[in-house]
Amino acid sequence: MSIELRHVSKRFGSVSAVEDVSLTVADGELVALLGPSGGGKTTVLRMIAGLEVPTSGDLLVRGERVNDVPVQKRNIGFVFQSYALFKTMSVFDNVAFGLKIRNTPPAEMQARVDELLKLFGLDGLGRRLPHQLSGGQRQRVAIARALAPRPSVLLLDEPFGAVDAKIRQELREWLVRLHRELHVTTIFVTHDQEEAMEVSNRIVIFSRGRLEQIGSPRDVYEQPKNEFVARFIGVLNVLELTVRGGAARLNELSFPSHGVAEGETLRIGFRPYAVQISSNLQEHPHSAVIRHVYFLGVQLRLELETPSGLILRTRIVKDEFLRQGLEQGSSVSFQIREYRVLSTGANNLSPEVATVHSAANFAEGI
Amino acid sequence: MAHGIPKGPQVAMNSKSRRGIEEPEFIRKVLIGIAVGFVGVFLLLPLANVFAQAFAKGWSAYIQSLQQPDTRSAVLLTLLVSAICVPLNLVFGVIAAWAVAKFQFRGKALLITLIDLPFSVSPVVSGLIYVVMFGAQGYLGPWLDSKDIQIIFAVPGIVLATLFVTFPFVARELIPLMEAQGSDAEQAALTLGATGWQTFRYVTLPSVKWGLLYGVILCNARAMGEFGAVSVVSGHISGVTETLPLRIEKLHQEYQSVGAFSAASLLAILALITLGLKTWLERRQAAEQALGQYDSLSSHEH
Amino acid sequence: MGYSIVYLSLVVLIPLAGLLIRVTAMSWADFVRVAFSDRALAAYRLTFGASFLAATINAVLGTLLAWVLTRYRFPGRKILDALVDFPFALPTAVAGLTLANLFSQTGWLGQFLVPLGIHLAYTTGGIVLALTFVSLPFVVRTLQPVLEEFEVELEEAAATLGAGRWCTFRRVVFPALLPALMTGFALAFARAVGEYGSVLFISSNKPYVSEITPQVIMGWLDQFEYANAMAVAVVMLSASFAILITINLLERWASRFQR
Repeated sequence: MSIELRHVSKRFGSVSAVEDVSLTVADGELVALLGPSGGGKTTVLRMIAGLEVPTSGDLLVRGERVNDVPVQKRNIGFVFQSYALFKTMSVFDNVAFGLKIRNTPPAEMQARVDELLKLFGLDGLGRRLPHQLSGGQRQRVAIARALAPRPSVLLLDEPFGAVDAKIRQELREWLVRLHRELHVTTIFVTHDQEEAMEVSNRIVIFSRGRLEQIGSPRDVYEQPKNEFVARFIGVLNVLELTVRGGAARLNELSFPSHGVAEGETLRIGFRPYAVQISSNLQEHPHSAVIRHVYFLGVQLRLELETPSGLILRTRIVKDEFLRQGLEQGSSVSFQIREYRVLSTGANNLSPEVATVHSAANFAEGI
Repeated sequence: MAHGIPKGPQVAMNSKSRRGIEEPEFIRKVLIGIAVGFVGVFLLLPLANVFAQAFAKGWSAYIQSLQQPDTRSAVLLTLLVSAICVPLNLVFGVIAAWAVAKFQFRGKALLITLIDLPFSVSPVVSGLIYVVMFGAQGYLGPWLDSKDIQIIFAVPGIVLATLFVTFPFVARELIPLMEAQGSDAEQAALTLGATGWQTFRYVTLPSVKWGLLYGVILCNARAMGEFGAVSVVSGHISGVTETLPLRIEKLHQEYQSVGAFSAASLLAILALITLGLKTWLERRQAAEQALGQYDSLSSHEH
Repeated sequence: MGYSIVYLSLVVLIPLAGLLIRVTAMSWADFVRVAFSDRALAAYRLTFGASFLAATINAVLGTLLAWVLTRYRFPGRKILDALVDFPFALPTAVAGLTLANLFSQTGWLGQFLVPLGIHLAYTTGGIVLALTFVSLPFVVRTLQPVLEEFEVELEEAAATLGAGRWCTFRRVVFPALLPALMTGFALAFARAVGEYGSVLFISSNKPYVSEITPQVIMGWLDQFEYANAMAVAVVMLSASFAILITINLLERWASRFQR
């Protein structure tokens, strides 16, 4: 079921929560609405559900304007952050609620609920009350309840926020499997960019009520449209350079000036993998000391400190780290292989952030 | 049973932005109408009636009836009883709440049940208890008689009976408040070197001050207005053991309508002041709570 | 600690014990004769019946009031909220006096109602009226915190599942309110059962007809028949204890559903 927002805005009194958002969700997609707190993503989700009404703009489902259609008639499944299970009802009654409202015959209702309980690994728990369940179980009951009436779209508001980290991981994988099996258009809200990257087909990034970028996980990681997206997704090293003598410099590092005037500033960003290190101090033009090693399993995250005090983050596979005989406190040589320009000049004009520049052969200065 | 001062209503839902989860306008208006109508007829009208009847014969008749010597003594007696009972129950309430909230001891559940006792016992029974104990034919009757001490049918009896019916008020307000606080703040104070008394004065008391004031106000309102229990123990001796509520009864029995209503108007004014103070207290408490919340407030998404 | 025990003993326990001891001095046969005499039984019926009716009226209207006060915004809401506590603050004698006057033949409301055949002063109806008045705050104040803390998301969830407003109220909101409602009902009932002052003014106080239990006790006291008075009082006390225990159990049951 395709959903479309056209120039949708939402204001609460004098506060603008959502500004001029336009996006389309295709049938069967698994879309993440991502952004920091207060960014407007939950408001957009609630508008799609009908729990909030847009102040301006159009909300279309399958081409038809649904702004004025009440929640009850929209045939959507909504999973709340707090699960919102009916505390006085059993698991069975909770899941069956939507079916009961629609006057589903008891036999059919029983079959459907049993089917869902089995699918969600909840069979045998039908008679339990919400307060007798674990967090993960409550979560699944909430989703089962939303799916029981076979909605055309499933909406989830920060579904994995309230759960332990380990369970969160399992639930993420489970959601992906579920989506594959049921083919329901699914939209979920999260502030965790890793989650969005891992789970969704497409990510919609919000910041302060505005839409920053829409794209596949790979798109937004490799081709961020602006500085915000570049910094929000993944890890980014950011350097603020000043143009002196025709090159943009910061301490011992220098880069092309990209047309920025003398004395003006230039901000660049580069991913950890763009920083190459070697135990051979002659191999790369710059030197640094490994200030800290973060052990993440197969990969290690390193913090490098240059003689002038700059901190850079990079990653290296454990085997490679050991092979080079490195350890915390080792001296290494490094180079920055590629970078993006985040902003130029005092006006902070956002240039082509998506473009990656190779710095491999630029060694002017020092 | 009490939950401290009842909280003010939540922020009402903005009806313009939500649909499907609010009652239709019409239903809302009807419900509000019924509520207002009910309260208006049932609560406001009787209140207004008190003053209407008190002033039925004019302002001077009103003043005159208030200046009747027996009525004056009734007012004074009521004030005296209140002046004794409220402070005593205040101290008891604080100590009892402190004990219940901060310590574990045997018989704690019993103490809590006992504190709630006067609330569920009929006032007449409350008074009866004291008559049985201290009355002429009661347990201690002969003994008191021999010492020439009169409790029943005298002021001391009235004080005792009033003490009984009003002692839960402060304690009941404070217990849930103190329990909800937990003892973290006090333990912190102790680690910083404060003595028990200092902790109590500087940490515990300020945090329950609104509940305390609220309990005091209620305690006072009940102390001044108590009828049943006092009626049993007082003997209804005009000018001596008649509190204001009993005076109203006497005047009513003597068909002195204006007199009765005039005396009643005094108590009605007291009730209004009590209500006003309570509302003011709630607002102060809410304001303080709102300030405190800013510490732990994370940015909210709409 | 010690102070509170001493205080409690003096003020509560010893007189209470005295009461109970005195009663046991009575023979069982005498006790039954007095406590369950026709006059007493008539009084119990009236007391508990009228209290039950009053508590029920308050349960219904109290729920409505609590809903209106927590969910709606309208001019005068704060005043309405404050007024709910009025029966708490007003002495019972004043309440009885003014209610009796209001509904009497010459009263503001009585002048319209009496010609219609609605006699609320000096009748059983008046007793119910007075009891409803004094116990009104209990249901409202017990429900308000529960309503205020009620997760709106539960109602939203019901809406997303297709439930209309009334359906949501019936299936989702009301069951969650029920424990608090029952507690409020029990509190209102307990209050009404013990009420004396206001009823004295509004009832015609005729034995066997319109006499409530406290008045029976008073009657015995006036004749210095302490033992008889206490016999009836013990019945009342037992009822009070039973209600108190019920309330405690209800509150415990209500908290069962929280996490």
